[in-house]
Amino acid sequence: MAKDGAAGFLTTRLEAVVDWGRKNSLWPLPYGTSCCGIEMMATLCSDYDLARFGAEAVRFSPRQADMIIVAGIINAKMAPVLKTIYDQVSDPKWVVSMGACASSGGIFNVYSVTQGIDTIIPVDVYVPGCPPSPEGLINAVMRLQDMIAKGATRAQMRERGSIEQQSQLA
Amino acid sequence: MDIRALVTSADAWKAQIEKIKIKFDSSIEEIRLPGIYPTDVPIIYVKGNALTELLMFLKTDQILDYQFLSDLTATDEEVQPRFEVVYNLFSHSTKLRIRVKCRVSEGQEVRTATAIWPGANWAEREVWDMFGIRFAGHPSLRRLLMDERWEGHPLRKDYPLRGYQFFQTSQEVDTKNLE
Repeated sequence: MAKDGAAGFLTTRLEAVVDWGRKNSLWPLPYGTSCCGIEMMATLCSDYDLARFGAEAVRFSPRQADMIIVAGIINAKMAPVLKTIYDQVSDPKWVVSMGACASSGGIFNVYSVTQGIDTIIPVDVYVPGCPPSPEGLINAVMRLQDMIAKGATRAQMRERGSIEQQSQLA
Repeated sequence: MDIRALVTSADAWKAQIEKIKIKFDSSIEEIRLPGIYPTDVPIIYVKGNALTELLMFLKTDQILDYQFLSDLTATDEEVQPRFEVVYNLFSHSTKLRIRVKCRVSEGQEVRTATAIWPGANWAEREVWDMFGIRFAGHPSLRRLLMDERWEGHPLRKDYPLRGYQFFQTSQEVDTKNLE
């Protein structure tokens, strides 16, 4: 409805509206295991204010979240736990791999550390840095929003059937 | 005699070691006195059969009074016998430290120190986990850090640095271990 009372309308695809809603209401699950977790906390607090991107509703239950921020080192004993939490998040779900440790094992190329969480779960955005600055994480969230709008995330591709299911991937 | 009356810790250690020698002379393999570095402490190499008696003596003796087990660990020396189990002790009353070592070969057991210091429990579990040294009489000798399904002992010198072992599921919880 326009200001003068005339009926206006807009045509769009349902998928585009749904994705617009999804990208502006990311509910993060903070998986902070080390110093990257501190930077993630800084990003969520008032100085950097991740609420500007609609991602302030932090949920510690995988059932209520859709963006897992893996911030920190994932060692071999932690890997099955992360896999379980990823499986418990309902689709569509997004994964941000924050920092060198989560993305590649970082400096810890030893027997006890996974060499990147993409060996366990599919990852949408990688954030470089040791640890990344809050701007880095904000950039990752914005990049993820762009990807959701384009339908280029792994969850959306899975939904369309353009990539294999997660169970076969891992 | 109050040991604190002695001028330097070197003198105090000398007096203490004389006292230990009288009681454990046949069981002591070697004694290394501290060198020039200020952090050096005397090291007593003891035979396995007298280890717990020596530790108990160090703890309960009025003058020595090493009540506190500061650390319990091991080293892989790659010689025969292969491992050294290390006990770092500290005395709150005399403010002195001392180190007891026990050489063990692969597969040989050491008697547990949990009866002397209950805090040795997890330290001994860690040594079993990392070096594969078993402690006879330990109440529950399970792995402490690594997954229970892990094969091998990572801090042994012959364990590969990148000997990854990944598991699809978390290790199962044994309910009898829960309090």
